[in-house]
Amino acid sequence: MPPENARELLKIENLHAWYGESHILHGMELTVHEGEVITLLGRNGSGRSTTLKAILGLVGKRTGSIRVNGTELINLPTHQIARVGKLGYCPEERGIYASLNVDENLVLPPVVAEDGMSVDEIYQMFPNLRERRKSQGSKLSGGEQQMLAIARILRTGATLLLLDEITEGLAPVILKSLNDVILKLRGKGYTIILVEQNFHFAAPLADRHYVIEHGRVVLQIAADELEAKQDELNRHLSV
Amino acid sequence: MQLITAQALLGLNVGVFYAMLSLGLAVIFGLLNIINFAHGAMYMLGAFVALIGYSYLEQWFGISLQIGFWGSLIMAPLVVGLLGIIIERTMLKRLANLDHIYGLLLTFGITLILQGLFANYFNVSGTPYPGQPEVLSGVLNLGFMYFPTYRMFAIVFSLVVCFATWYVIEHTRLGSRLRAGVENPQLTQAFGLNVPLMVTLTFGFGAALAGLAGVLAAPIYSVSPLMGADLIIVVFAVVVIGGMGSIMGAILTGLALGLVEGMTKVFYPPAANTVIFFLMVLVLLFRPAGLFGKEQ
Repeated sequence: MPPENARELLKIENLHAWYGESHILHGMELTVHEGEVITLLGRNGSGRSTTLKAILGLVGKRTGSIRVNGTELINLPTHQIARVGKLGYCPEERGIYASLNVDENLVLPPVVAEDGMSVDEIYQMFPNLRERRKSQGSKLSGGEQQMLAIARILRTGATLLLLDEITEGLAPVILKSLNDVILKLRGKGYTIILVEQNFHFAAPLADRHYVIEHGRVVLQIAADELEAKQDELNRHLSV
Repeated sequence: MQLITAQALLGLNVGVFYAMLSLGLAVIFGLLNIINFAHGAMYMLGAFVALIGYSYLEQWFGISLQIGFWGSLIMAPLVVGLLGIIIERTMLKRLANLDHIYGLLLTFGITLILQGLFANYFNVSGTPYPGQPEVLSGVLNLGFMYFPTYRMFAIVFSLVVCFATWYVIEHTRLGSRLRAGVENPQLTQAFGLNVPLMVTLTFGFGAALAGLAGVLAAPIYSVSPLMGADLIIVVFAVVVIGGMGSIMGAILTGLALGLVEGMTKVFYPPAANTVIFFLMVLVLLFRPAGLFGKEQ
């Protein structure tokens, strides 16, 4: 459940999004409170990643309303959205720049708000990255790339983190580390939207779960309702 | 021996112009994926800005002002860079999602327009630039030979500009943002960086480099509407040999090919004008990505 008296940080209303001629989101409705961790669950192609991309203006066309802290983002160009909304984005394919080393990748995103983590704090949280700080992005393992993708948005001061399929293709030992990282971030008061296939990873971390089908929310489950609604959830997620 | 050394220095003098021009082309191609055929016209324009600023301001515009060589070194890159920005914003931007060939054809058309425009007002066989500063006239005694002071200045100045550009792109935060914008423009924008603005400014910078090379060339060569057209084909060959988009490749290959051309003039003069193209064919056959380029 959202922390008591927590205010609405992100409110999405009647969001439609298109890639060229393909209409992907059909009236998405979503509310996220400050300090909450929510997950977007659903089958492949249901529109979960597109929701994150639509928030950031990375789709061909979008209509509706996306408000962060009451500020409307729908008409802003992509490069202004991260600053105005204090957003940090970790894409599905990780988006590590192969031509840049770890240090360069880490300091690349501009600071969008005060109180971001310092490079030293980040290296304390991700000690493996400190050892690889001069390695090119292309030389990192999948786990290291994922850690770097999360680490670099923590430096920017972003308070709303959009994390897309961060567990994909990673070994169990890395998933344990990622789990610890999300718990730490949650403890620090970050608001997080997790797009996940791995329900077992996401379930213990999230306050609420949104199930998405055909570009709209079809089910919303609070963490304490999970057991009671497990069958309904399974029906939606089973292929 | 003295002949070889003299020819090597003269070759290096040609090489720095190759390096500066191919560097501009490599910056624009490597960072923006645009094959800028108008680069030679930008070089020509830089030389003409210097010439007009020195000799024609009063005659044409009634302004009793003479912009000297040093002023032109600042003024011409600014003017040419601004023109580059206008071209990118108003024309090339519209072709961003199309095949490279469209950008090449557009910039080829711009080249013909600029050349035709200047050919209307200036002699195509060339006009000497009279503004070479007094302090750079005469010759330097290098111990083993005498070498024109201005040419030595052009070599040193160009090398400083080339390596400074390489340093900025490869070793500064600005450079890493540019490289990131090339590698993944969407994600870079999502982080809050204004990639379209970076593209425009980079194109302007590449054009300004060509304009700067034009000013440096003005006191050495005749300023002519066709001076860029004569050079651009060779410069494209330099970029291909170095590796499309490789910044250091463009600089080192430009310098090396200037030297190769100079040496060919000593040992087999008839091949001097074709040796670069012969090397280009060899490189394309055996290492298509170029000497410093990365295989896709």
